[in-house]
Amino acid sequence: MRDLASVETQRTGAPLSGVIASEIDIAEGAEYAGATSTGSQPGGSPKRRKRTARKALMTVVLAIGLPIILLVVWWILSANSHSPYFPPLSKILDQFWKLWIIGPAKAQLVPSLSHLAIGYVGGSLIGIISGVLLWRLPAVRRATSPVVYFLYVLPAPALLPALIAIFGIGEMRQIALIAFGAIWPTLLNTLDGMRGVDQVKFDSAKAMRLSPVRTVWSVVLPGASPQIAAGLRAGLQVSIILMVISEMVASTGGIGYFILQSQANLALVAMWTGILMLAIIGTVLNYLFVGVEHRVLAWFYGSRALEGR
Amino acid sequence: MTSTPTISVSNTQGKPITPILDVDSLRKVYNQGAANENLAIDSVTFSVNKGEFLCIVGPSGCGKTTLLRTISGLAKPTVGTVQFEGTTLTRVPDGLGVVFQDYARSLYPWMTNLQNVSLPLKARGMKKAERLRRTHEVLDSVGLSKVANQYPWQLSGGMQQRVAIARALSYKPDLLLMDEPFASVDAQTRFDLEDLILKVRAEYGVTVVLVTHDIDEAVYLSDRIVVLSKGPSHVREVVPVELGEREQLATRSSDGFLTLRNHLLELVMPR
Repeated sequence: MRDLASVETQRTGAPLSGVIASEIDIAEGAEYAGATSTGSQPGGSPKRRKRTARKALMTVVLAIGLPIILLVVWWILSANSHSPYFPPLSKILDQFWKLWIIGPAKAQLVPSLSHLAIGYVGGSLIGIISGVLLWRLPAVRRATSPVVYFLYVLPAPALLPALIAIFGIGEMRQIALIAFGAIWPTLLNTLDGMRGVDQVKFDSAKAMRLSPVRTVWSVVLPGASPQIAAGLRAGLQVSIILMVISEMVASTGGIGYFILQSQANLALVAMWTGILMLAIIGTVLNYLFVGVEHRVLAWFYGSRALEGR
Repeated sequence: MTSTPTISVSNTQGKPITPILDVDSLRKVYNQGAANENLAIDSVTFSVNKGEFLCIVGPSGCGKTTLLRTISGLAKPTVGTVQFEGTTLTRVPDGLGVVFQDYARSLYPWMTNLQNVSLPLKARGMKKAERLRRTHEVLDSVGLSKVANQYPWQLSGGMQQRVAIARALSYKPDLLLMDEPFASVDAQTRFDLEDLILKVRAEYGVTVVLVTHDIDEAVYLSDRIVVLSKGPSHVREVVPVELGEREQLATRSSDGFLTLRNHLLELVMPR
């Protein structure tokens, strides 16, 4: 008999190392990392590597270039502005430094970001867990489906007065509002992603006699994870918006409160620094999210890239 | 156990053999009572002996995949029984491994090959050290020890199907069911995989039931071939194959092979 291993050649490219492998299996992935030598592959021809490097550089230049150009344009156009509503960018940046970096305003970040973190993580967890439960219980799913969509389309800020009535004007109300907003996109995407998992994957699970819990953990959740990630990302945007809104109504702290107070005190430069701070937070969180997503879903992006070849 | 009149089971020494799988008057109807009612399998009876390599062939659309799903415990028969090692199936039994046709759909792309193969062992509560040892052993016997930490989608089709075979073999099942396992790979790879499955069958002492539409493949691999009629299917004939040691070129050009092949073609081809 021939040596079977030598007959076929493996595909090259897709240099996924064992390092990433340890982060893939949500269930128990890390245990295998480094257990054997990593079957490393050459990362394609030097020519192709050069081409991908140039492409990556272009992406970075384009991503950073446009914002820089816009900032420069803003700087030049606002340089001689005497309008109290549109102060020069130089003034805004100066104030930004004084208020947010060395000054007192940075204390406002603590309530904002802690509410956001607790509300977003809590809401996302509720969304994923309810998604799993609704997937497992089709009768409940059919019964609750109209309610879920009703709550999904309901603009969350409309609930603020009710939440104030329930939780008072404390932190709980702000966290509850953020969590409420984060639940629905996550829940609906989780449910949708789980229902989209291929039947053959379930047949395989049954053939291997995986328990229902293990099937959810090792097959259904990872299978739905690209769409769950899409839901989490949408939930993050909603959470940031709700964070600001919750701070602008009946609140005594946070970035939203700072912006509103500055405007009320006619401190318009300070107001602009608060808006700038929000933009920075949103951008950083979004990039963080994408970075984590690409690491956790490396298998997904890797397999999709190979399909497209 | 129900006796099966169509096949009398005894080996050359004349000792009775207990079948590992016994399929009795199996009938499968989809959407029974509905307007789109579909009789996929009329009545199929056969049994598989321990250690045997049995192929099921039939014209396309004869319900081969339905049959495999039913005899593996993934689907319930409408009428009739399937017994595995003397017990009527209600779900996939512990000692049964299944290899599906499409590896891209059956393997889990979020797991490395190693993780894929060790998943059924994890489900059986095997300790980590033992699990790793066994996983490497089985990956080695399908010639994939070098790619253990890669992902299935980084491999060629033939190699992916070998991961699927390794996964089904990892828990040392008594019976391996395969649904057109080599249908999605090229001809050269197909020959390699055929020889691989004969090799691991000897190595693991596993009984194999393989569903295929390829008559040459069935003759090359089996000890016995169950020929199905076109759907709604019944068993047309059970053909014993006695070709001795297999070797792709020599076996496929031998007189015995060609005679059997022609006989099977006559049975399968619609007249």
